[in-house]
Amino acid sequence: MSAAETLVATGNRAHSHGPGSPVPLQARSERPTSYDVADFPVPNGREEEWRFTPVKALKALFADEAGTETPKVDASGPDGVVFETVAADSLKVGTPQDRSAAIAWNQAGEALAVRIPVEAELTEAVHVNVASLGARGFSHLIVDAGRHSRAIVIIDHTGAGELGSNVEIVVGDGAELRVVSIQQGDHESIHLGQHDALIGRDARLHHVAVTLGGKIVRIGTNVRYAGPGGDAELLGVYFAESGQHHEHRLFVDHEAANCKSNVLYKGALAGDKARSVWIGDVLIRAAAEGTDTFELNRNLVLTDGARADSVPNLEIETGEIEGAGHASATGRFDDEQLFYLQARGIPEDEARRLVVSGFFNDIIGKIGVPEVAEHLHDVIEQKLARTAELSAAAAAATGHTAVAGQ
Amino acid sequence: MATLEIRDLHVSVDTENGPKQILRGVDLTIAGGQTHAIMGPNGSGKSTLAYSIAGHPKYNITSGTVTLDGEDVLDMKVDERARAGLFLAMQYPVEVPGVSVANFLRTAKTAIDGEAPKLRTWIKDVNKALGDLEMDPDFGTRNVNEGFSGGEKKRHEIVQLELLDPKIAILDETDSGLDIDALRIVSTGVNRFAEKGDKGILLITHYTRILRYITPDFVHVFVDGRVAEEGGPELAEELEANGYERFLKAGAK
Ligand SMILES: Nc1ncnc2c1ncn2[C@@H]1O[C@H](COP(=O)(O)OP(=O)(O)OP(=O)(O)O)[C@@H](O)[C@H]1O
Ligand SMILES: [Mg+2]
Repeated sequence: MSAAETLVATGNRAHSHGPGSPVPLQARSERPTSYDVADFPVPNGREEEWRFTPVKALKALFADEAGTETPKVDASGPDGVVFETVAADSLKVGTPQDRSAAIAWNQAGEALAVRIPVEAELTEAVHVNVASLGARGFSHLIVDAGRHSRAIVIIDHTGAGELGSNVEIVVGDGAELRVVSIQQGDHESIHLGQHDALIGRDARLHHVAVTLGGKIVRIGTNVRYAGPGGDAELLGVYFAESGQHHEHRLFVDHEAANCKSNVLYKGALAGDKARSVWIGDVLIRAAAEGTDTFELNRNLVLTDGARADSVPNLEIETGEIEGAGHASATGRFDDEQLFYLQARGIPEDEARRLVVSGFFNDIIGKIGVPEVAEHLHDVIEQKLARTAELSAAAAAATGHTAVAGQ
Repeated sequence: MATLEIRDLHVSVDTENGPKQILRGVDLTIAGGQTHAIMGPNGSGKSTLAYSIAGHPKYNITSGTVTLDGEDVLDMKVDERARAGLFLAMQYPVEVPGVSVANFLRTAKTAIDGEAPKLRTWIKDVNKALGDLEMDPDFGTRNVNEGFSGGEKKRHEIVQLELLDPKIAILDETDSGLDIDALRIVSTGVNRFAEKGDKGILLITHYTRILRYITPDFVHVFVDGRVAEEGGPELAEELEANGYERFLKAGAK
């Protein structure tokens, strides 16, 4: 059987779940959320919501203590955007769903609110940079898009330390908001974040998680609808290299009628102990008639020693829906594709780049923010160059020089 | 003019039960200007020969040599073989999601020539090659082979043959899965390539049907991993009439 056939056989199952059986979403929606840290014991790694996460490395963000630094937050945007500092609990669109989010909520104390005025149509993106300076800190952002506004907000997480963060997003009735959250901390950095979005009537949220850096990044994104006609497009791109853990957990809670959600996350993994986790929970409650939802996660494993877990979960409590589906596929890099391109004269490194950029091509096209798409393209190229160097070095070390056809 | 020489080629593949010998001493010389047909029953090793020449990593060369104008082909990487002038039209062309045909063709042409083609003439060349194979220019924006019908995939292989302009082309069952119109279109493409004069062609096929459109100079009957008999076009006619039975019996004894 050729490698291509193997890929189809093992990689394209519509229901490839991670280890263990998925927990019913009823349990998912009843999982406690709280502003009180005491409601969440320190995780030991056996809990459903922590079983994929290297909890031992997260002690600092599980300690209910003040931060040892205040992350540097820089925000800029076109005229009309309002930036203000508010109390952390001034909005309460989100409720912490785990210990680290509860600690971040309480220790951050206050939040930076980015307000897009009612009916404003921004021509430029709003930029928020959250830089961790190397110690332990917390941040809290509120993105509040007024009714019928249109805006793009790019939140860029950088730096060296341990960051716990909360982001609350409100999309007013009829508004269209794009939020891009980039996680590109230094190689030793840790970032545990929670995003909660509330989508108004006939409003549209386009949420993109781009995770490139960090030692451990875990982002939970929760979406609810305040009224009918809401639309959520939730995209994610990640690329975990050796020693990186990139985890994304989604929960779309369809309670209002005639709302849509479309989830697409794609990730590549390269190098020893590169690790990704994707949990996609979608709940369609009894009242959510006319719901239309689809979620898809695809992972491309480029080298040995990398591991991707993918657990889509769809629970439907009403028969009156437009459509609902999920799929998950994790495939090894397809050597047949590589051979085909090389057989047309394209050198191996370039062929590899073509295949990987082809894999990401559709999702990068959907990001809709050119500066992010370009940056992503560049970082993926850098990561592939590193991967190529590592495999060349590994081949040299084991004495396998480039053998014909290898 | 280019010459591809295959000498005493032995090839095995790894299976769960250890290595399995497939090619058992293939001798074949293809010179520029010649069209050779290799005909043989299913499983006789025709694709193995084609893939081994192209350098597919699945096949282990256990002995023998392959040279192109005296250069050791087996010592080259897959892409180096292509840049040296070898082309393999595959029996089952591979889908490459997210990579457009236009991008693929330009990248391949740039790699083969060592420089990017001139933009204006290149677009014309691509459209002409697509047109010659009766493919819509829209194929340029589609992903490589993704969602192509079987016949479209084969035509796309011949588009590449025309644009990349190798010295020696190996066509592995390019005729299979084609209806009669597509067979004529593809054969015309191959003949156009042959008419350049100095090109060597190794046409692998199971049926004689394509030989009504493409006249080979030499016919080789391939059985059980080696060439069992060689002759001119008349050998194909005999196969058309009597099938492979005579050779299979010979192979079995
Ligand atoms: N991985 C493998 N394990 C076992 N046998 C294999 C393997 N790969 C190839 N073979 C066998 O090698 C033989 C030659 O295969 P090949 O594809 O070269 O035949 P072919 O002449 O091209 O056949 P067709 O006319 O069907 O295209 C077949 O018997 C095939 O089953
Ligand atoms: Mg074959």
